[in-house]
Amino acid sequence: MTDPSAELEAFRAEVRTWIEQNFPKSLAGRAGALMGGETIDDSQREALEWGKRLGAKGWATPTWPAEYGGGGLSQTQARVLNQELDRAGAFNPLVRTTGMGITMVGPTILEYGTEDQKQRHIPRICRGEVFWSLGYSEPNAGSDLASLQTRAEDAGDHWVVNGQKTWTSGADISDWCGVLVRTDPDAPKRDGISFLMIDMNQPGIETRPIRLIGGASPFCETFFNDARAEKNEMLGEMNAGWTVGKRLLQHERQSQTGATSGLGGGPRKSLGDLAKEYVGVDEQGRLADPDLRARVTDQMMEAKAHALTLARIAAEARGNAKVSAAASIMKNAASTIAQKRAELSLEIMGSQGLGWEGEGFEKSELDAVRNWLSGKAMSIYGGSFEIQNNIIAKNILGLPENTQRG
Amino acid sequence: MAALTEEQALLQEQAKSWVREEAPVAKFREMRDSGSEHGFDKATWASMAEMGWAGILVPEEYGGVDLGYLTFGVVLEELGRQLTASPLFASGLVGTSALVLSGSDAQKQAWLPRVAEGSAILTLAVDEGPRHAPSATGLVAEEKDGGFVLRGSKTHVLEGGSADAFVVVARTGGEPSSDAGISLFLVEADARGVSRQRLVTADSRGHARVDFDGVEVGSEALIGTRNEGAPVLHAVLDRARAGLGAEMMGVASQSFDMTLDYLKNRVQFGQVIGSFQGLGHRAAGLYTEMELARSCVEAALQALDREADDVPALCSLSKCKAGEFVHHMTNEMIQMHGGIGMTDEFDAGLYLKRARVLEATYGNPAFHRDRYATLKGF
Ligand SMILES: Cc1cc2nc3c(=O)[nH]c(=O)nc-3n(C[C@H](O)[C@H](O)[C@H](O)COP(=O)(O)OP(=O)(O)OC[C@H]3O[C@@H](n4cnc5c(N)ncnc54)[C@H](O)[C@@H]3O)c2cc1C
Repeated sequence: MTDPSAELEAFRAEVRTWIEQNFPKSLAGRAGALMGGETIDDSQREALEWGKRLGAKGWATPTWPAEYGGGGLSQTQARVLNQELDRAGAFNPLVRTTGMGITMVGPTILEYGTEDQKQRHIPRICRGEVFWSLGYSEPNAGSDLASLQTRAEDAGDHWVVNGQKTWTSGADISDWCGVLVRTDPDAPKRDGISFLMIDMNQPGIETRPIRLIGGASPFCETFFNDARAEKNEMLGEMNAGWTVGKRLLQHERQSQTGATSGLGGGPRKSLGDLAKEYVGVDEQGRLADPDLRARVTDQMMEAKAHALTLARIAAEARGNAKVSAAASIMKNAASTIAQKRAELSLEIMGSQGLGWEGEGFEKSELDAVRNWLSGKAMSIYGGSFEIQNNIIAKNILGLPENTQRG
Repeated sequence: MAALTEEQALLQEQAKSWVREEAPVAKFREMRDSGSEHGFDKATWASMAEMGWAGILVPEEYGGVDLGYLTFGVVLEELGRQLTASPLFASGLVGTSALVLSGSDAQKQAWLPRVAEGSAILTLAVDEGPRHAPSATGLVAEEKDGGFVLRGSKTHVLEGGSADAFVVVARTGGEPSSDAGISLFLVEADARGVSRQRLVTADSRGHARVDFDGVEVGSEALIGTRNEGAPVLHAVLDRARAGLGAEMMGVASQSFDMTLDYLKNRVQFGQVIGSFQGLGHRAAGLYTEMELARSCVEAALQALDREADDVPALCSLSKCKAGEFVHHMTNEMIQMHGGIGMTDEFDAGLYLKRARVLEATYGNPAFHRDRYATLKGF
């Protein structure tokens, strides 16, 4: 009989050696700096190179089947891989450079895709060769997604798509987009929707980037004017797009529970340490501002409770990789805690936490302001805070819908 | 605002329609996008001065109208509503009140008429670190040849880049961090040894770091009595806090109005989103918070006009409650607008960014909770 723990330790040793040989040490702990910015410098090129190696090994998507380019690892092995990446200060650049490919689209194709779709799309996601965006929201269909109007008509050997999407993250730089379209205008709202995978490099698609309050432009208005989608690019059955699309959203929520930071790359400075630096301590080493001290403590305790809950959910679900309703609870908890943290960071930095650009501010201070602003979106995308609460009330607690429709 | 005199009510109307027509938030956006050096539009500032607003607190003998703090607050609230950028607050309220409270006749003669007509900008240079700590002044003024030499730096000086003169908080004696030994000086911006660096902040307004590198001034630059500047400083700061309370009420009430309007118009699931109780109850809660905060701000302004005993406590109360409300309100504005609230094209982000600067200026809510407790004797 083989000893499972010895096997795991052997695997750990293998992983460690591989990381040592492949991860450039100069990048250690720099995930945030390297994967955020808008310009690409040398160390970013190095990070992309590292991403390629990780992708070629299949370890950017460790639990996906090896036959499609994934790592073929068990959940337990994947955890070991993550621990070792963390230990080395390494991170997974492909989570960012594939757009929504790794976190959402890939898992959904693996679940609903035809063999042909898996073979064409999955290996390219694993290797980090394609950037995926998602075209769900429309100007009049946000929380009420089922009201979407963008339509696809059957033109014999392909689909013709017309309509407008909005808030499409990364549409302007994406290669492919997963689009929810109406294929049966006469059916009840949710029964006439299909999920199409659309090649973004074509004349029928126009994107207009929209600037965010934090200054960057990661999302777009996306216009489809007689855009073309191939017949073999419908994911799931025709008119079953609502089920496929909702499933994908569960993966999105799962990715936002805080269970995977998506980037890794070592721990950040604790709020307590940040506060000590800016506010100072009294003779006993306590934070000099007791009011702030209590609120920082409160945030840290909530963050710890959240982490413990994630661990408990993981322990209870061991071997069962399915995403559950718990994602809704944990998404709301995660966004609340992260937003509170961002507000406290600003407060701690005082007037140094109010900078926008230029001299007089440290880079970490300017980053804190931008992160604070962009983090406001966490409770809006992927199903807003309120929509998650509706789901919890209805699906978990079994409360009637009443006037709280949707 | 409640309980306004006829004169104040008229001024409020004037301010409301002027701001709406001449200086709406679109104008602020234009100013921001033009990369304006000083964080305000000169022509806008000139017409405010023309209407006499810069002289609201200046005594008549020095060219002002002497209408008091509630009147000033009425104007500041309207400006806050549209994020109208100008040195009005820093100069017409903060700088002016230092001279009115403690300046010599010569100082008043030299500066107040120009401040009142808007041809000079006066501001307070107090904080030296990232957190408001007025008594922690480390900038030193050493006596020399019957005058003083100033050495040190001030940060986040409001309108620091465009100011013509600074009311500088300096240490002439006493222990570090103590009120004893603090003195105030009036220092011209073009004095030798003064240099400034613009700080580009999230609210796109005119903040600067100002360095005083061996700046020599005569004894006539001293405002009030040597070593006894602290009581004046605290009185000036309280006036400033009450004014900030009014501006925060403006920023927050406008955010409330915009959000309420959206709740009544945005349709999802075939109904206006305000019909969802999850949002309606929160709007009701925000409305309650707004009314409570407004009472505090008005009480502080009125107490200043009456020269009441409880000015410090009321000013801390008002800075705290208005600060908490504008914080909560701007966050809720973004959340309740969904995706559109996150876009720079929409105004919500401008209000959010301005709110955080106002909250931190001259003491955040935590600072004022602590001060309130101290004032209440525990
Ligand atoms: C940074 C960012 C990135 C995004 N990326 C993408 C993307 O890549 N692809 C994509 O398709 N979409 C994307 N979105 C859009 C996002 O999914 C929508 O913004 C979201 O679904 C909310 O829709 P909405 O903006 O229309 O707001 P609305 O639905 O109009 O909501 C407005 C407010 O009403 C509340 N509300 C609505 N219905 C109810 C109810 N029944 N009960 C209680 N409250 C309710 C909402 O919670 C919100 O507070 C992104 C959004 C952001 C901010």
